[in-house]
Amino acid sequence: MRARSTLICAMLLALSCVLFMTLGAKGNWDFVLWFRGRKLAALLIVGAAVSTATVLFQTISRNHILTPSIMGFDALYTLIVALVVFSIGAAGFNHLPSEFVFFAHISLLIGAALILFGTLIGQHRTDLMRMVLTGIIFGVLFRSLSSFIYRMIDPSEFATIQVNSYARFNYIDLNLLWISAGLTFVTLSLSWQMRRQLDVLGLGFEMATNLGEPVARRQKQALILVAILVAVSTALVGPVAFLGLLVVSIARLISPNETHAVLIPLSALIAGIVLVAGQTILERVLGLSTPLAVVIDFVGGFVFLTLLLRKGWI
Amino acid sequence: MDLISIENLSYEVAGARILSDISVTLPKGGVTALIGPNGAGKSSLFSHVARLLPLQTGRISVDDLAVKPSNRRALSRKLAILPQQVHFATRLTVRELIQFGRYPHCQGSLKADDYAMVDVALAAFELTPLADRFLDTLSGGQRHKAHVAMIYAQDTDYLLLDEPLNNLDIAASRTLMALLRRLADDEGKTVVIVLHDINFAAQYADHLVVLKSGRIEREGKPSDLVTEALLSEVYSTDAQVAMVGDTPFVVP
Amino acid sequence: MQRHSTALFLAVGILVLAAISVFVGVISLRPETVFHDRDALGLVLDSRLPRTFATLIAGAALAVCGMIMQMLVRNRFVEPMTAGTGQGAALGILVVTLFLPGASIFVKMSLATATALVSSLGFLLIVRRLPPSQPLLVPLVAILYGGIIGAGVTFVAYQADMLQFIDTWLNGDFSGVMRGRYELLWIAAVVAALTYLIADQFAIVGLGREASVNLGLNYDQVMILGLLAVSVVSALTVITVGAIPFVGLIVPNIISRRCGDNLRATLPLTALCGAMLVLSSDIVGRIVRYPFEIPVGTILGVLGAGVFLWLLYSGPKHAR
Repeated sequence: MRARSTLICAMLLALSCVLFMTLGAKGNWDFVLWFRGRKLAALLIVGAAVSTATVLFQTISRNHILTPSIMGFDALYTLIVALVVFSIGAAGFNHLPSEFVFFAHISLLIGAALILFGTLIGQHRTDLMRMVLTGIIFGVLFRSLSSFIYRMIDPSEFATIQVNSYARFNYIDLNLLWISAGLTFVTLSLSWQMRRQLDVLGLGFEMATNLGEPVARRQKQALILVAILVAVSTALVGPVAFLGLLVVSIARLISPNETHAVLIPLSALIAGIVLVAGQTILERVLGLSTPLAVVIDFVGGFVFLTLLLRKGWI
Repeated sequence: MDLISIENLSYEVAGARILSDISVTLPKGGVTALIGPNGAGKSSLFSHVARLLPLQTGRISVDDLAVKPSNRRALSRKLAILPQQVHFATRLTVRELIQFGRYPHCQGSLKADDYAMVDVALAAFELTPLADRFLDTLSGGQRHKAHVAMIYAQDTDYLLLDEPLNNLDIAASRTLMALLRRLADDEGKTVVIVLHDINFAAQYADHLVVLKSGRIEREGKPSDLVTEALLSEVYSTDAQVAMVGDTPFVVP
Repeated sequence: MQRHSTALFLAVGILVLAAISVFVGVISLRPETVFHDRDALGLVLDSRLPRTFATLIAGAALAVCGMIMQMLVRNRFVEPMTAGTGQGAALGILVVTLFLPGASIFVKMSLATATALVSSLGFLLIVRRLPPSQPLLVPLVAILYGGIIGAGVTFVAYQADMLQFIDTWLNGDFSGVMRGRYELLWIAAVVAALTYLIADQFAIVGLGREASVNLGLNYDQVMILGLLAVSVVSALTVITVGAIPFVGLIVPNIISRRCGDNLRATLPLTALCGAMLVLSSDIVGRIVRYPFEIPVGTILGVLGAGVFLWLLYSGPKHAR
């Protein structure tokens, strides 16, 4: 049954990719291949990174309604940008090379994630909940602070710094694609290697300890992987709050087996389908200008709420 | 030496002393029950031996293997623990749960003898007809049995259980205790069990360790220990003790 | 006694701040001139005084509603503006602006209240499904839930090209408050005041359904009344000045820690404290980058988040 789900998803993804590349393509085929191909790669990378980060995070927190992206790491980045712009001006900031900004972005996010995860002082669920809540609140705090700083800088303008509150799947900086791909690939392999240990971790602290697993250490290892994956996807396209939730919820729904050996690849496939097919449908078929991220957040959130209400999922 | 040895164990939380300088050896073989009034520290002691809590002071060793993080894997093959509350988010079938019991031996890649052990566990606990049912579709008692089956499949010398009878009715409790008795008698396992019902302890245990206020009050055989004197000194109650056969029975 | 000293402090504080508020602004005003200069008096009556009243009312009403919501949900870390009620109200206003642009303000208000009520009910339904052993799960789900509804609002706004509008509803700002443009808030004040009549019942509901039934309360009725009050106040606030975050969360917690949860005694204190908080935030927003203004939503976003974090990490540890 589960092999069939995975197979079906793989085929759907392949179909979506083909449509993405070919639908409405005008002009030079080489150009299209190059241009769209890179965008496709970016979508697939982001999808796999976000889905895997969510799977890992849900196992560690033993909770199926959380996702690491809600912890507003991107808001920290926005704040730093605001502070930088405050000190060296917008022009100065725009002059910085994009690779430098990317690496700074990733390092910052990973650093922030590690500090936040470091507050995890016990294995008790309460501490974990509190950590996630802290992350969310810090996100709000940083966003407000950024808004505040921008107002201080230039209060005459109606502060339309939407400050990347939604991800931009359309304008991905493709220079950074190779670095992202490499980082994601390495992190995904490490996650895959951990799959059995993650299964045991999902049994809870007492049982995992009983079976000989160093729970605290595994949690930190997994959280580092989560931090990297979230950092890469955020640096590449911006915050994607509900994508992971949506995708992993669907994966759990169609696969009765919840071992990580199945869950990780299946979620990645579904994420790819959602992003690629979603972007194709939105752009080419419906011709809407609404950003994909807004649609995903809305639809994803709605699906998630329905699941929560129906199954009382935890 | 073959036993669980606890030396000078102390445990403090937020300035309150939960365990004070406990030193005791839990003999190998048979069923040992840890009993005592509420707040005596039984669960804390259990958690320390089960390595669920880090040691503040003192030493614990199981068959000469020290209980510390570096021995984690070896310990998981030596002793299996069943805490009071187990609930997890993942949906598992009975068989899948018991298969996890083999993890310390095979790290998730089960071989033929692992599968065989799982079948043995299923049979021993009469769970074979339920093997492919999801845990959340079972009754509380059946689910509990599945958990005990899981730690049984871990195939360890020592089994530690923390108040396993709490949510079981009289029939299920008797079945479980009889099962543990059989594991000790027929398969030579050592069962250490935290109980708050002194009658079950008296009936099924070979050895009793009595705690009060974080200290070991007494230890010994139930027939020697369970007396009206014990009840009034340790439990501060003046209940009567009757004898049923050679087993003492506290009239509630 | 704690309560009396707190009440005194708050009352005096508000009077002082209100006075300051009347005299702070882009156009400088001196106290002496007010009674002589017609223009100055006009300014006070048309802009300064309404603004001061608006902040006081919004602060008091939101704080009271926050307290009520915490009793209904039985969790200390929720408040209407971040748990979906505020966003629900914004959705209602958006819908009515799109489909019934000529509708009267009364219709707008009713629809916004209705959507706010539906959102709150949805939230309650979800909270019932959460395990009581994890209290922090509730604010987490609340924020997610509010975020989802907010995403819905943004989605519709994108489609209808009304992004700037939702910004005014989702970010509280008192700069547009003038005489004739804020009077709806007085309704919110009345509603919030009326809840005081059943303050005890809210406190009992906070103990749970079993306790309420045991004490002979009509549990469902009190819940509905509470939700209605919260929805009305939220809708009115969002319509007139926009969503003001965190007040409903931090004020009840601060008062509860200082003075306990006997609502009959503490509800007025909550109102006073909320009023003072929003008023001072508004004044800060007017001063810090004078003569420009920083919206109160931003100020409270920073302040409120900070206090929320403090609340999370200080105080009694949660029962495991």
